[in-house]
Amino acid sequence: MERIDSPEKLKALQQAAQKKQEEKESFITMCGGTGCQGSGCQKVIDKLKSEVEKRNLSDTIGIKITGCQGFCEQGPLMVIRPQGSFYIRLEPEDIPEILEETIENKKSVDRLLYTDPESQQKIEKEQDIPFYKHQKRLVFKNNGFIEPTEIDDYFNVDGYSALAKTLYEMSPEDVIEETIEANLRGRGGAGFPAGKKWKYCRQEEAEPKYLACNADEGDPGAYMDRSILEGNPHLVIEGMIIAAYAIGAHQGYIYVRAEYPLAVKHTKQAIEVAREYGLLGDNIMGTDFSFDLEVAEGAGAFVAGESTALMHSIEGKRPMPRQTPPRSVQQGLFGKPTVLNNVETFGNVPLIIMNGAEWFKSIGTENSKGAKIFSLVGKVNNTGLIEVPMGITLRKIVFDIGGGIPGGKKVKAVQTGGPSGGCIPEDLFDLKVDFDELSEAGSMMGSGGMVVMDEDTCMVDVAKFFLDFLKDESCGKCLPCRNGIPKMLDILTRITEGLGTEQDLIKLEDISKTIKKTALCGLGDSAPNPVLSTIEYFRDEYEAHIHDLACPAGVCPELIYYEVDPEECKACDRCKRACPVDAIAGEPGGDPYVIDNKICISCGTCIEECPFEAIAVIPGQQEGSEKVKRVAQK
Amino acid sequence: MAFETEELKAIDKIIAENLASKDQQKSPLLPVLQDIQKFYGWLPEKALIRASQKLSVPLVSLYGIASFYNEFRLKPLGDYHIVVCTGTACHVRGAPLLVSELERTLGIQVGEVTPDQKFSLETARCVGTCAVAPVIIVDGEYHGKISKKEVQQLVTELREEGE
Ligand SMILES: Cc1cc2nc3c(=O)[nH]c(=O)nc-3n(C[C@H](O)[C@H](O)[C@H](O)COP(=O)(O)O)c2cc1C
Ligand code: FES
Repeated sequence: MERIDSPEKLKALQQAAQKKQEEKESFITMCGGTGCQGSGCQKVIDKLKSEVEKRNLSDTIGIKITGCQGFCEQGPLMVIRPQGSFYIRLEPEDIPEILEETIENKKSVDRLLYTDPESQQKIEKEQDIPFYKHQKRLVFKNNGFIEPTEIDDYFNVDGYSALAKTLYEMSPEDVIEETIEANLRGRGGAGFPAGKKWKYCRQEEAEPKYLACNADEGDPGAYMDRSILEGNPHLVIEGMIIAAYAIGAHQGYIYVRAEYPLAVKHTKQAIEVAREYGLLGDNIMGTDFSFDLEVAEGAGAFVAGESTALMHSIEGKRPMPRQTPPRSVQQGLFGKPTVLNNVETFGNVPLIIMNGAEWFKSIGTENSKGAKIFSLVGKVNNTGLIEVPMGITLRKIVFDIGGGIPGGKKVKAVQTGGPSGGCIPEDLFDLKVDFDELSEAGSMMGSGGMVVMDEDTCMVDVAKFFLDFLKDESCGKCLPCRNGIPKMLDILTRITEGLGTEQDLIKLEDISKTIKKTALCGLGDSAPNPVLSTIEYFRDEYEAHIHDLACPAGVCPELIYYEVDPEECKACDRCKRACPVDAIAGEPGGDPYVIDNKICISCGTCIEECPFEAIAVIPGQQEGSEKVKRVAQK
Repeated sequence: MAFETEELKAIDKIIAENLASKDQQKSPLLPVLQDIQKFYGWLPEKALIRASQKLSVPLVSLYGIASFYNEFRLKPLGDYHIVVCTGTACHVRGAPLLVSELERTLGIQVGEVTPDQKFSLETARCVGTCAVAPVIIVDGEYHGKISKKEVQQLVTELREEGE
């Protein structure tokens, strides 16, 4: 392999890659992201490959297995270019028809196209589908064009041009100034300006300096960072080399959790290839700048995403956070000045260098520039990864991009910021999504989790869920977090079991204040947020649990009961057979069935089983068989 | 389990390789544990003891790391290993009901192995396929948008398969 020792050499490789692409008549791209894997895309891919082979189409048709294309809900996904046909929910059996119709006859296969739920019209092209239409894909722009293991595909989209420009036309100070000017704020959580962080690190006298990339992605409900690394690893690597040049680092680490084996694999492989091309290692692109990268595998601990803990983990130690200051830019990895940025932050860097700070600033709001990737999940029709301009409203995200709530249910809230964030109620959906407005609403941007909740989601249960998560993930070093979180969880558990009192809400707020003031790191500091924001916006739900012994959303097992509607019940016996605790009585073909709520454990099996939707969940206690009494007896 | 010399050698090799890694500044503990787990699928006590002797670190330091991270297991898995995602997206789409369903069907709690060693059950905090929640993983294979009924069917199939 030839090393790239000048911008001209890079240009030649890019042109060669483009030429190679042009030789094919069409490209069939199949999404191979983890979401589509979960929907069985591998079988479709195998079939596609064997059919193309069988039909002798390999010379004219290129196949690309890309990383995540975003619309995971509709997977497995396929795009055929240049035709632009976008096919969804594919099965292996669909492949022959696609090859005959779209490739040979240049017609699209209607039944495989996306149907607009409103107009019931078929939509042929990706860019016309509402899910994509309202997005602004910057970092994700090329995910659908790149086979992550092929560096040629990255060259084909002018990959590494930003690096050439950096090394040959800019000084480290220029890079820092451009990044500050663009006001690129960190995409991993707090939104600290990346350029400033680089500047502080560069100013430190201690050597060597280190660079690290945070791909821990601890937020349980978010998967964008893995998808960037899985789908376009060279973009992140290019961003990191540029940042390393800016701060004067010669060694960097990408910290990926081991639970993301595909991200680890693609990243490692991309590093190796970049090294072979002379894009990493000594004398990058023929200059005297040297920088190398290594993957450090995390082992699944939420706190390991916190910057000081992450550095301990890279050092091979237990990921315990430490007191700051000193900040990581002063004393980070191995006690040396270190810059840590998130995957998506680095992914934006080459774009800013290529297109300039002015371009970047033209997107977004006053203090939040550019776009942000969110994982739009939960109770929303179009789940997937979206990249939207800062300043878009939550309403637009949930309804225009997300296509609203399934089953005609009512939306209740959107949770952002993961376990450190909060829940934003529906009446605030017109706020603009950026760093500041989300914080003002009691939540935060976080790394990009966006979980939609509907009327069937219990907000007390959600708060309990996050505290249960944080209790497990607290490292135990500082007392407020170690003892405060379990105490709060205890109170919430009692409330969900019908044993809460009005006092409990005051206690929760009290403990929250103490933890916020005194916790050692960001985990504890932000741990009360899910509780505080739900108390603020959904106090009535807490009160219903406490005073009415009722879970209005029908979630908390002790605060609901089941009832068979005698009008609807056809005495088919299915529910009785399915019930795991024999709580249902009745004779097939006889009188309507009856559920004994003294025995029922609210597992929902009968509801799923009943073909007539005859079983209702009723918030509250059934007279004579109160479930809360069971708890009290325990 | 008898501790064969073969295994001793394998562990010694893992340690030697990690000690030889170019980055001398780094503590080898985490990567050594990761490699031992890759070898066995879990962390047997005997392997940890061997590692502690070879690395001259107290066993408790290894245990501290092993118990801190979610990735490490101190128990072997069943023939079929079932992981239920209980991340936020899966939680709001009914994961808790899947967990209790599996606990009932398999007769074990999360973190346990059935007496016949056939099934083990674990939960994970987000497996990164939130768009198709709820998700369970059986022996590395992802099953998205899964219902309780499908979980039942899956377990029944696996039971028969092993027969
Ligand atoms: C408990 C905790 C967990 C965190 N997890 C992550 C994470 O998974 N990914 C991430 O990029 N940042 C995470 N952060 C934020 C990092 O500490 C840090 O601010 C960030 O990686 C800096 O990069 P950025 O400025 O580019 O966002 C976490 C912070 C805390 C307190
Ligand atoms: S929450 Fe289950 S896959 Fe993310």
